[in-house]
Amino acid sequence: MKYFLKKAGFMAFTVFAVCALTFFLMNVIPGGTAELILKHTLIGLEESATEEQLIQFSSRYNLDDPLYLQFFSWVKEAVLRGDMGTSYVYKKPVIYLLALRLPATVQLAGASMALAIVVGVSLGIYSALQENRISDHILRIITLFGVSMPGFWVALILILIFSLKLKLVPVSGYGNLENMLLPAAALSLHSIASIMRVTRTSMLETLGQEYIRFAKAKGLPVWKIISRHALKNAMLPVITVIGFQTGSLLGGAVVIEKIFAWPGIGGLLVDSISARDLPVVQGCVLAIVTMYLLVHFLVDMLYTHLDPRIRYG
Amino acid sequence: MDNSFADKLRKKSFLLPEAYGNEVVKKVFQRKDMLFALLALFFFVGLALFAPLISPYDPNAINLKNKNLNPSEEHLLGTDYLGRDLLSRILIGAQTSLSIATGVVLISLFLGTAAGCVAGYYGGIVDESISRLIDIFLSFPGVIFALTILGALGSGVFNLMLALSIVHWAKYARLMRGQVLSIKKKEFILSAITSGAGDFYIIRKHIVPNAIATLLVLATIDFGHVILSIATLSFLGIGLPADVPEWGAMLSSGKEFMRTAPFQTIFPGLAITLIVVIFSILGDGMRDILDPNHEGGEIY
Repeated sequence: MKYFLKKAGFMAFTVFAVCALTFFLMNVIPGGTAELILKHTLIGLEESATEEQLIQFSSRYNLDDPLYLQFFSWVKEAVLRGDMGTSYVYKKPVIYLLALRLPATVQLAGASMALAIVVGVSLGIYSALQENRISDHILRIITLFGVSMPGFWVALILILIFSLKLKLVPVSGYGNLENMLLPAAALSLHSIASIMRVTRTSMLETLGQEYIRFAKAKGLPVWKIISRHALKNAMLPVITVIGFQTGSLLGGAVVIEKIFAWPGIGGLLVDSISARDLPVVQGCVLAIVTMYLLVHFLVDMLYTHLDPRIRYG
Repeated sequence: MDNSFADKLRKKSFLLPEAYGNEVVKKVFQRKDMLFALLALFFFVGLALFAPLISPYDPNAINLKNKNLNPSEEHLLGTDYLGRDLLSRILIGAQTSLSIATGVVLISLFLGTAAGCVAGYYGGIVDESISRLIDIFLSFPGVIFALTILGALGSGVFNLMLALSIVHWAKYARLMRGQVLSIKKKEFILSAITSGAGDFYIIRKHIVPNAIATLLVLATIDFGHVILSIATLSFLGIGLPADVPEWGAMLSSGKEFMRTAPFQTIFPGLAITLIVVIFSILGDGMRDILDPNHEGGEIY
């Protein structure tokens, strides 16, 4: 319980720190925030803003206050009323935009993670059982390329093959399962490879243990040895990797969403960064980091549950 | 043998203890995959270094008559939407990626080692605050963090390097801190302290040389990651200015013509993959040699 509280406290602190970091980062833009935002969003790049427009804009969004005051008022509003400001571009509350976009990202990331775990773990086990046979070597080479290929390139190649040449699935879209196939495949490939690799290593190590040899000696069938004895012990490092992979998955989702025009938070973040729509950037970062930390937290809890050595150690 | 270059290098090298260094080199030569990767790396670096000399065309020469050509004898890999020779641009692109990645890895290695040393060596409140800072930086998904920084700073080679270094140093710092904590317990540190050595001397002469091998493994693996990040960021149009020849940016402009000229989407990605594969092989091999007892593999 104490461990749980400590972790939760650290999580809240990290979210706060990340918000502060983003806030100050986005506000160190040289040349006056208000002017830049106006230039990018409201009047177009050719004209420059008039003095009057600047003053009006600054006072509407309180941009003349010192930074730390702006930050604390943002935190106050966000915590007390869930109000994270208003988008400069869309003229809508940030929280509304996030609520609109969040489900798509959660769906995509969730599907990719599920795919990665199922495929990665089973291929990893298979690879370990086939150690140094031909199929193991092939799988290892695939893993090597899987962790090395850029996700966005895989996405483009998948589009090229399955959408443009074979015409099996649409290039982009949202709503049907078939729309999800390519993005999820492209996004999960890196995680599949990582999980597979760790599963293989960890499985091989476990299979070399005495108790596995004992189980074999007493005549248990292979699937029983794997499921009863080896899997539980081999899963610990795999669970750690799954936690780490969430981060790279959420990062990768930014690009994948952009390529497939997937209506998630990643695409929103990229667009808002280019448009310097600071409140939205802030909101997106907050949402992504919170998701990431939540998954890490769950993984940690799972880990402690599975490995009592940590709880009592 | 007493004055050969290798000998001098070994004597001066603070990286590895003498006998250990020779042992490592021997092991590298025993592993075919690493040897192969090493040769491929030299080949790539050579191509990048001599890119201006060997590239068949000026990588920035626009020729609208020849736009979106498929591979042919004149243009081995075809041309892009402005008629620029793809092979020449990929060669120059290797220069861009490799030099930025080298900068990022060196800066992060330096910053991370320094921060990790201070945290691990002095402990207490210093350690506590640096460790929390590391945790915060590591809880930000890398690409998103770099994206935000670049959004604030604007694109450009220097800003890209800065942003990626800010993202990457924490990994090195965490690893270094762990190394320092375990080295600190060794007896030779105690004897150095008793013989009156200063903190800085101990860190420089005893701690860094003993930790550096592990850090170099991380740096090798990280090199591939950095190249991927550079490509991702410029693919999104946020990393580098549009006219810099870079693989990610080439993919980004090539994807518009995927239907008619698919090679623009294939070749730059292949180049990224190859170079990252090389660093993966080297990193894994080095880890096996230098750190045989590692678990799971995700500390790196």
